[in-house]
Amino acid sequence: MHCGKAWDTESMADGDELEKKRRKIEALSEKMAVDEGHVACGGDWDGRWNHLKKFLERSGPFTLPDFEPGTETLQFLLETCKILVIGAGGLGCELLKNLALSGFRNIHVVDMDTIDISNLNRQFLFRSKDVGRPKAEVAAEFVNSRVPGCNVTPHCQKIQDFDESFYRKFHIIVCGLDSVIARRWMNGMLISLLNYENGVVDQSTIIPLIDGGTEGFKGNARVILPGMTACIDCTLELYPPQINFPMCTIASMPRLPEHCIEFARILQWPKEEPFGDGVSLDGDNPEHIQWVFMKAQERASEFNITGVTYRLTQGVVKRVIPAVASTNAVIAAACATEAFKIATSAYVTLNNYLVFSDVDGLYTYTFEAERKENCSACSQVPQDLQFSSSAKLQDVLQYLTESTSLQMKSPAITTTLQGKNKTLYLQTVASIEERTRPNLCKTLKELGLADGQELAVADVTTPQTVLFKLNFTS
Amino acid sequence: GMAANKAAKEQKYDRQLRLWGDHGQEALENAHVCLVNATATGTEILKNLVLPGIGAFTIVDGHKVSGEDVGNNFFLSTNSIGKNRAQAATELLQELNSDVSGNFVEEVRAAGSTCLRLGAVLWNAEVPFLVCRTYGLVGCMRLVVREHTVVESHPDNALEDLRLDQPFTELKNHIDSYDLDSMEKKDHSHTPWIIIVAKFLEKWYSEHNFQMPKNYKEKEAFRELLRQGILKNENGAPEDEENFDEAIKNVNTALNATKISSTVEDIFSCDLCDNITAQTPAFWVMARAVRDFVRDDGNGILPVRGTIPDMIADSEKFIKLQNVYREKALQDASVVSKHVESLLQSVGKVCPPGYLLIMKFFKCVFIISGKNAAFLRVVRCRSLEEEYSIESVNKDEITSCMDNPDSEMVLYLMLRSIDRFYQQHSHYPGVYDYQVEEDISRLKVCVNSLLQEYGLSVSVKDDYIHEFCRCGSAEPHTVAAFLGGCAAQEAIKIITQQFVPFNNTFIYNAMTQTSATFQL
Repeated sequence: MHCGKAWDTESMADGDELEKKRRKIEALSEKMAVDEGHVACGGDWDGRWNHLKKFLERSGPFTLPDFEPGTETLQFLLETCKILVIGAGGLGCELLKNLALSGFRNIHVVDMDTIDISNLNRQFLFRSKDVGRPKAEVAAEFVNSRVPGCNVTPHCQKIQDFDESFYRKFHIIVCGLDSVIARRWMNGMLISLLNYENGVVDQSTIIPLIDGGTEGFKGNARVILPGMTACIDCTLELYPPQINFPMCTIASMPRLPEHCIEFARILQWPKEEPFGDGVSLDGDNPEHIQWVFMKAQERASEFNITGVTYRLTQGVVKRVIPAVASTNAVIAAACATEAFKIATSAYVTLNNYLVFSDVDGLYTYTFEAERKENCSACSQVPQDLQFSSSAKLQDVLQYLTESTSLQMKSPAITTTLQGKNKTLYLQTVASIEERTRPNLCKTLKELGLADGQELAVADVTTPQTVLFKLNFTS
Repeated sequence: GMAANKAAKEQKYDRQLRLWGDHGQEALENAHVCLVNATATGTEILKNLVLPGIGAFTIVDGHKVSGEDVGNNFFLSTNSIGKNRAQAATELLQELNSDVSGNFVEEVRAAGSTCLRLGAVLWNAEVPFLVCRTYGLVGCMRLVVREHTVVESHPDNALEDLRLDQPFTELKNHIDSYDLDSMEKKDHSHTPWIIIVAKFLEKWYSEHNFQMPKNYKEKEAFRELLRQGILKNENGAPEDEENFDEAIKNVNTALNATKISSTVEDIFSCDLCDNITAQTPAFWVMARAVRDFVRDDGNGILPVRGTIPDMIADSEKFIKLQNVYREKALQDASVVSKHVESLLQSVGKVCPPGYLLIMKFFKCVFIISGKNAAFLRVVRCRSLEEEYSIESVNKDEITSCMDNPDSEMVLYLMLRSIDRFYQQHSHYPGVYDYQVEEDISRLKVCVNSLLQEYGLSVSVKDDYIHEFCRCGSAEPHTVAAFLGGCAAQEAIKIITQQFVPFNNTFIYNAMTQTSATFQL
């Protein structure tokens, strides 16, 4: 019986030394692989796809009606199928691994972020030496090197940097995003690709969207067929808006350590500009966090509040969501399984929402999320706006941002008046905001809007403008 | 240097430290896990333990890496083909995290019967055993642990411990210090809802024979009483008092009787709680100490938890109220710790000396007595022998689940059947294309003999028999990865004694994306 000790960390005094040694051995191993000719130019080897072939070359009782056993499906996966992964973080790393080992070769990955040390507890394609490098790039490098023949193309950009011509090229899109806004944008983009004929969606323009999300020990995975099944906006109430503490609590009656931290962040920082004029708080800068921490401690002691810690400060300022490898592994696995099913018809696809939690035992719940008849994203129906003609534009703006079914962030409202395009209010460009701000206090009637008027609203939550129809209640 | 290393670790593990704390991380870093068989499922489980910083791992596997293995396993590469699988996987897993030490043992592979034998050894050694398998689009996990105690279960949505039904002296005094009727609007509107409910409860008691509002009608009447308490402006219209709105909203839960849950009562009535010896594990010494508190000092109630939710109030009122609960919790914890001391002394054990150790010891006691006493859990899994033996098989669970022939239970029966098949034919059904058709009928024989042997009058649909031949014991990576995530977290729960492990068989069906847990 041979007992090997691969690494004896006790005898290594310095972690860096260990790291260098390991990297050297890994580099040698990779080199050996090429030299010994086990793999010829990323080609396949004996038995490589055995685990998948059972499901692609044999008939079975649970396959879809259009499934045909044979070698074509594997060929399709390996040579033709183009799949896009959005995000190369906790879910993204897992997704890339899962897809690569499921026969997908033509994979693109989009992520604008760079690697941070706090990613390393779960984003396993990255090492401490990679900190600071773009996630998409390092992830692609790792997978391409570990899985011969796999061709992951990285895009170190925001999803908004691409237009229809980019997204249209993919058979399937899988999202491992950490923001609801980005999800809604992606959702809107795929909806904008749809072609309708006589009110019926042209199936060939549908790109399935598989979306995964995790938070601590909870997660969900869903399959969206834009134009056919519930989209992100159909179920917006499943993503309740983040709760912010009321300003009066922060400003004059703090009770929790979080209130003290928000006081330092929201009120003291802009006032004192501790790191220079116009220098905004950077949650990734430890000096900034330290400043907020100390100010928060001062405030806390003023009010006899305990519990302000550096970790809590960082968590509040950066809106940190706790995360572990295991939850991301589970959700990404479920998503990749669905991608495989969609690409191969080997099994019925998830219809359409899976919820997972392993806080107490393990719990899953699978249900069919329903489409919303008047969904602002996918229903094709102009959205109804019911207001009195004496209501102010401010009221409309408030509705757009606060309604749970719309949850817009900074909507820009335009309309056509006397044949000309007119911007009623726009927040995102300072000069235009200033010019259109007086409109907020004017009534809809004063602005010249008529009953049945169409308003076009643009917002960061959607790539296309949303059309609203104004209905005067009085 | 050491300090820099520690700081780097805190940053690296930041996102998980927020879930299980520094003490949970410490437990993880002192743990040593053994993986038998570096299959895709196995390496995926280990990946999810190495990344968060498990202390050490050992892989036991006598297989040589095949081309097929490399195809579904991220921690084997083409240049490992022909090498010992334990060694190859150890190298690629080790490289994920330099804080972890990994090693391997080349050993003959463990087949079906070995699992039962291993199970018996580990049961006697009291080492938790997790049996995981991915078979086609089905994942299965079985936890075998004689007794696992959970100190911090971190329940979702636990009810608060406010004691409004029986306020302790200090709380009563604090409530008495308020006179709502004489308050200015500013103070009135910023009085914590707990005080408001307590005050109006006193009013209610005087008119209802000292009985709490019990049913919907009474609670609604109580809410109305609160509404009447809202200040009115000079026109007689109610002012905007958010704290009263909160009080009204919380009536449903705030007036529940403070009592000990049956789960905790069960813990108190265990033998281990009754008979404290020098060998009794810490959990039971502390549980007994809490029980002694309940019976001697708490009037049948647990030590005060000591936390209150945030609520509309000015800082001073809130902090004062919070401190009333906190100080009581500390007091109660101190009494519990005295019970711990006397219990330990009674079995000849001495409390750890030194101020710092006492503080750490005390913190342990505080954790179990205050914050978590109400949420203590004990998980006991049956042994594999009990599950497999004809005398003790859980017939009821199996038959009742199979009322739905598509229940995940059918997948469990199929997994038992393919093991039976292997015993008879020395291979799994349908591994080679030419075997599939023949093996379907052979597998059916195995299914029927299994059902007959255990006296299970259930029927297994042919579709499942066909599917379990079709998949030819393949281990698709995505299913292995799903199970790998699930299993790793269960292992972490066992190691940290935080969060509650499942009991005892978890089945995942990737075809339907559904799952179930059975106690077999």
